[in-house]
Amino acid sequence: MGFSPPEPLLTFHDLGKTPNIRHATTTGLESAGKKQLNPTVPELIESTQARLRTIDILGKIETDPIACELAVIGNGMAGMASALFAANRGLPTVQVGAPGGIIFASGLLDLLGVHPAEERKVWQDPWAGIEALTQDFPKHPYALLERKEIEAAFNELLSFLEGENLHYQRREGQNSEMILPLGTTKQTYCVPKSMWGGIKALKERHSCLLVDFHGLSDFSATQITETLKDRWPDLRSARITFPGNDQIRELFTGELMAQAMESSENREKLAQAVRPLVGDAHSIGMPAVFGMNRTGEILAELEKQIGVPIFEIPTLPVSIPGLRLNDTIARGLTGKGVRRFSQERVLKVHREPGGDFTLDIGNKRVGKTVRAKGVILASGRFWGRGLIADRKRIREAIFDLPVHQPEGRKGWHHKDFLDLRGHPVNRAGLEIDDLFRPLDSSGDPAFERLFAAGSILAHQDWMRMKCGSGLAISSAYAAVKAFCI
Amino acid sequence: METQVLIVGGGAIGTGLARDLALRGVQCILAEKGDINSGASGGNHGLLHSGGRYVSTDPAVARECREEGEILKKLAPHCIEDTGGLFVAIEGDEDNYVADFPHLCERCGIPVNTLDISEALELEPALSQETIAAYLVEDASIDPFKLSLENISQAQQLGTKLLGHTKVVGFKKNGNRIQVALLQDMKAGEEIIVEPEEVINACGAWAGEVAALAGVSIDILFSKGSLLVTDRRVTDRIVNRLRSPADGDILVPGGTVSILGTTSMRIDSLEKVRPTVPEVDLIVEEGAAMLPALETARYIRAYSGVRPLLEQESEDNDRSVSRGFTLLDHIQDGLENFSTISGGKLTTYRFMAEKAADLVCDRMGITNPCLTRTEPLPSTSAGMWTEPGLGPRLWIKGDGPENQPLCECEILPKSIIDSVIRSIQEQGDKPDLRSIGLRSRMGKGSCQGTFCGKRVTAHLYERGDLCADEGLTHLRSFFRERWKGERSVLWDAQLIQAELKEALYCGLSGLEL
Ligand SMILES: Cc1cc2nc3c(=O)[nH]c(=O)nc-3n(C[C@H](O)[C@H](O)[C@H](O)COP(=O)(O)OP(=O)(O)OC[C@H]3O[C@@H](n4cnc5c(N)ncnc54)[C@H](O)[C@@H]3O)c2cc1C
Ligand SMILES: Cc1cc2nc3c(=O)[nH]c(=O)nc-3n(C[C@H](O)[C@H](O)[C@H](O)COP(=O)(O)OP(=O)(O)OC[C@H]3O[C@@H](n4cnc5c(N)ncnc54)[C@H](O)[C@@H]3O)c2cc1C
Repeated sequence: MGFSPPEPLLTFHDLGKTPNIRHATTTGLESAGKKQLNPTVPELIESTQARLRTIDILGKIETDPIACELAVIGNGMAGMASALFAANRGLPTVQVGAPGGIIFASGLLDLLGVHPAEERKVWQDPWAGIEALTQDFPKHPYALLERKEIEAAFNELLSFLEGENLHYQRREGQNSEMILPLGTTKQTYCVPKSMWGGIKALKERHSCLLVDFHGLSDFSATQITETLKDRWPDLRSARITFPGNDQIRELFTGELMAQAMESSENREKLAQAVRPLVGDAHSIGMPAVFGMNRTGEILAELEKQIGVPIFEIPTLPVSIPGLRLNDTIARGLTGKGVRRFSQERVLKVHREPGGDFTLDIGNKRVGKTVRAKGVILASGRFWGRGLIADRKRIREAIFDLPVHQPEGRKGWHHKDFLDLRGHPVNRAGLEIDDLFRPLDSSGDPAFERLFAAGSILAHQDWMRMKCGSGLAISSAYAAVKAFCI
Repeated sequence: METQVLIVGGGAIGTGLARDLALRGVQCILAEKGDINSGASGGNHGLLHSGGRYVSTDPAVARECREEGEILKKLAPHCIEDTGGLFVAIEGDEDNYVADFPHLCERCGIPVNTLDISEALELEPALSQETIAAYLVEDASIDPFKLSLENISQAQQLGTKLLGHTKVVGFKKNGNRIQVALLQDMKAGEEIIVEPEEVINACGAWAGEVAALAGVSIDILFSKGSLLVTDRRVTDRIVNRLRSPADGDILVPGGTVSILGTTSMRIDSLEKVRPTVPEVDLIVEEGAAMLPALETARYIRAYSGVRPLLEQESEDNDRSVSRGFTLLDHIQDGLENFSTISGGKLTTYRFMAEKAADLVCDRMGITNPCLTRTEPLPSTSAGMWTEPGLGPRLWIKGDGPENQPLCECEILPKSIIDSVIRSIQEQGDKPDLRSIGLRSRMGKGSCQGTFCGKRVTAHLYERGDLCADEGLTHLRSFFRERWKGERSVLWDAQLIQAELKEALYCGLSGLEL
């Protein structure tokens, strides 16, 4: 028996925008040449690939299958968390998949922010929110989880990140309100420590200065200040020239800035530019570009030079806090012995007699095979390529598992993009049993040791309920736990 | 306000009229309830008809198209891409129609060349292997936005006053004359009073609505048509299906994209006109019979326009109704200074404007001749940035971070957006995402505003054009507007794109709340 996903519908590069300078430079997934705008592009890609290489051990060409207990398909939050929980339980684990939504996300870890979406009800207490949610939606994946499991999942992930020197902060049992790039705010559960000052500033409405940079068109301090003006009169904005900006040409991206911030000379220049603007500000917020790895130290040094606390605000993708999260987890997993293949995808899965799976992995051609006792499918939704849609219906890409979905394309989306109910297609996905095993068409687990986690699951709308990371992390936890039984 | 002529409606006809009258030295006000081309002129196929399509159904219209097409190619070449066109029949299409076609063309004076199938496939490799006949004609593609923007721009230079976002909401009559027109500024809500010598109703499908304000009744039926935009250009030439006009049988390339359509559906109301899923499926299936690649093409959006059908005899097939236009002087309705021009085609807009201008000039005793038949349409900055593919061509390397593209799909750097904003201000309007989108390619690429929406909003804040939380209101309205075109084409790659947009604006940012 064999299952195979179709060819990727489009390259990762294709996604946002064409010609997509940024995605290419950030991920190095595309050999970039095609739509080159600038002679500096190949160099940047070189260096990014080098960066990726350092965090992924690609392994020698192997002819024998790589044997493992658990194969994780997916490299988004759900795949990452699955691999972590598996590794922590001593399971020999292989993880396959190109970087997922994490690098586009804000770096915030939402647990539950909104329910019912129609009523715009926002929850300060995510646990009370989850309770209300699972009562109204008994099939929501959260309904299969106990609070203590979700807590344990978060604790395990956060302490792992802590150990890898990426610090997150949260309030005990509570959400916190965070400033976002459009000038909106949201109730989120955990935020990078570098952003915590923003939560404090917003809460106290204290006198605060937002600073942005000429040429970083993805971030406007004025937009945020103006939008929040009514609620927060003591918020001001200023724009400065980023140190070294004159040497950077069109490709002036957050990632380049983050690299530039690794240099103490640049930090000194930045501090000099900001210092005269401080005035009566109790804290300063800036776009999240303060280094890839040593953000804490970099901010501490700048705070000393400038004299007030500094916090980061998320930007539009590609987001540096997302990249930090991605890189940190990837590095840590490799350190724990997880075999990661982040340049490959699963091309075909075979079932062996006795129930094991053999996964053919590679790019276009099969490069390696992996033999696993169990599989966690964390391949995401449309964006992640776990689900694919033609004009008529939605399919699951690898196993062709039945997908719960609205009848016909007419029913996929509401007429208003911002319809508060959320589009019905968002709740399409895999239905599972209590052990997070996807069901076949007769309603039984499709395979004894195939589990699913993350956004591919049906009956949830993470975009409207603001539960993306929480769902990914806790369902990964449950799937690994079920495999271990 | 006093004026010689009040033109109601800022589509191709209204703007064309404004230019025509301005060139004759007549002073006009043009009132448009939305932005330029918010009606059919912004929702059509952009085909400058050679006339071939009408040779069997309406030879008079076919001739009109041929003549006007020739004039426009000469006088407004910057609005036209002279692609040439093919008429092709495929296995199963009606033999008689195919055989008669060259003869019918000749009868209307329309140049036509018969091609061998192999020649046709060489010219357009995307054609179906089942092609059984192919003819080459002089179709071209025309940019309706550029056309109207250039027309109004020259009229304004000659003294025409443009009142955008201003709706005509009533008339006051005195005996046989309209004495006062009541207008409402749709943004500020204020009422404006205009005292015109003559009023021309150039409201397309809304002509009946506006005539009713003057107490005149016009019978109009509405036929909606929908079109699909591909992410890339599928053919070099226009490709028409060689059969009686029907659904999904024309593909029109323009710049870097192709447009496939249309449908013809009777509708009752002009509210909420937008493409539907079944229409899109029908268009794709029909189009793919001619050009199989259309089955798997990436469609980035769809849009709809409404054809007004003024003739009484409109039977079940709306396409058989004459597309020849209607010019009403309303004398029989007891009005001396009110006229209506509606129907027709984009291709013949100039001719229609000429006829309507002749009528009002005649009434006002103005004898200056029409100049649009001989005077070239000047190219201005107002219509410069509507063309797909222009941004990338002009994007100059080494512009530096200050001039980064705000829209990366279409490569629109700040400098272009600023120039578009300037032209909006020159037209007396305040820039927002929608008005910028209408005048440029912003938001029209495969990402449908996902990235440029936020960036251009930020830029408007930086320029001081937005304050407080106006940006959120603008973004919501911009995305809602784009969604009308996206919703029916969301499968495959475009669904992925839409999911990313929702992840960013709802998942991350809570814009819906
Ligand atoms: C723009 C954006 C903003 C977001 N903002 C937030 C936020 O503010 N807060 C929050 O909590 N969450 C946020 N998220 C959501 C979060 O980061 C996750 O994307 C989400 O929870 C889904 O995670 P996932 O792992 O299920 O899927 P994805 O992240 O989509 O990952 C799917 C993975 O599967 C892989 N895959 C698919 N097919 C195959 C195959 N055949 N073989 C191998 N691998 C395959 C993909 O390469 C990818 O790695 C955001 C996401 C996006 C995209
Ligand atoms: C689907 C479709 C495809 C087509 N394809 C082609 C083609 O390929 N080639 C071709 O030659 N022709 C084509 N046409 C025809 C062509 O688009 C129209 O003939 C032409 O655009 C009509 O222009 P107009 O100015 O008369 O009307 P419109 O463009 O509809 O202008 C009327 C304007 O009046 C305004 N208005 C309405 N009420 C008021 C009021 N009370 N106060 C102020 N303003 C008001 C509206 O907002 C609108 O902007 C197509 C039409 C459709 C619908």
